[in-house]
Amino acid sequence: MERGVHDTGGRPTTEPIDRTEHELADWELLTDALVGALGRAGVMNVDELRRGIESMPPADYERASYYERWLFSAETILTEKGVLAPGELEARL
Amino acid sequence: MTLEVGRRVRVSAREHRGHHRTPGYLKGRAGTIQRYQGSFTNPETRAYGDSGLPEQGLYLVRFENGVPIYADIYEHWLEEIG
Amino acid sequence: MSHDHDGHDHDHDHPHEPIGHDGDPPAAARARALEELLVEKGVITREAVRQGVDWLVSRSPADGSRLVARAWADPEFKERLLSDAREAALEVGLDPGPSPKVVAVENTDDVHHMVVCTLCSCYPRALLGPPPAWYKSLPYRSRAVSEPHAVLAEFGVELDPDVEVHVLDSTADIRYLVIPQRPEGTEGMPEEDLAALVTRDSMIGVARASSPAAAAA
Repeated sequence: MERGVHDTGGRPTTEPIDRTEHELADWELLTDALVGALGRAGVMNVDELRRGIESMPPADYERASYYERWLFSAETILTEKGVLAPGELEARL
Repeated sequence: MTLEVGRRVRVSAREHRGHHRTPGYLKGRAGTIQRYQGSFTNPETRAYGDSGLPEQGLYLVRFENGVPIYADIYEHWLEEIG
Repeated sequence: MSHDHDGHDHDHDHPHEPIGHDGDPPAAARARALEELLVEKGVITREAVRQGVDWLVSRSPADGSRLVARAWADPEFKERLLSDAREAALEVGLDPGPSPKVVAVENTDDVHHMVVCTLCSCYPRALLGPPPAWYKSLPYRSRAVSEPHAVLAEFGVELDPDVEVHVLDSTADIRYLVIPQRPEGTEGMPEEDLAALVTRDSMIGVARASSPAAAAA
């Protein structure tokens, strides 16, 4: 049966577990806080966040860092809801 | 449906396209009810902007996978088995 | 190291990413731009974002350690912690976080618990702080449920052969906290000193609590 890329339990892997500690960068804290604020404002809930993450193309999901996935999800969900217009974020960069 | 502690259950192996919190490695597996965790909004509908109501029962289920694995599975994914 | 960009001849392999603010990845600029847009549109306030950052940086394993130390020192508190960790945290004046339910599980001479979230990275952040990168990694998420003994060995945990490893997969909104076994040689230690022995990894279940000798070293 097909499994989402996020559905990792029991998936065979030879990749070692990298135990390096990483402090969260400012932009990662910001992303976390943005999602939290969107949740408290009733704009995007945690289930939508997860659904958005799971909608990433598999190769992108595997390559992306944890908060890059959050950001992808927030952009996707917010665009879907019309909070962001398509391309609006790109225009800001 | 209220599943009592110790009840044998099987996780449905049905196809579900879209957000759900039943991991693939447990689909179709048999387990034992350990604890009723309460009722919670349904993530499968809440993930698409719905309220997630009515709340769904959630159960801590014990599986044997070489070692015991405990996972929280929603009631509507569990079937009682003899 | 010099780069010869003619024809993109490289002696090493890396993607060319635009250099942003302090060498951040492109996602950093996107996050900042997203904040700007959302604040301008009145969807969120900058203050709400600031509060979120403040909360997250205030979180660390210290709160979890306090709960464990109290449970070690006070058997009746331990029972309350095992019964309802959320309420037990509130009782001690701690923030159990937004999760509707937090469950503490106890390591014993017979059972060693290990926690994972195979589907994403669910974690008791209010009590332990942000999860370590390895907890969120694909290999940990994959292997914790299929070869937990090998994972524990990688983390340097040696268990007696008759100890059962139990793995908890946080698949829904319940967050799990492991109460590691109390180390030997800690009788009569004040709670503060006990708490110093309780490491983040021991509350995830990939380590034991520190021994007093090791901690003092």
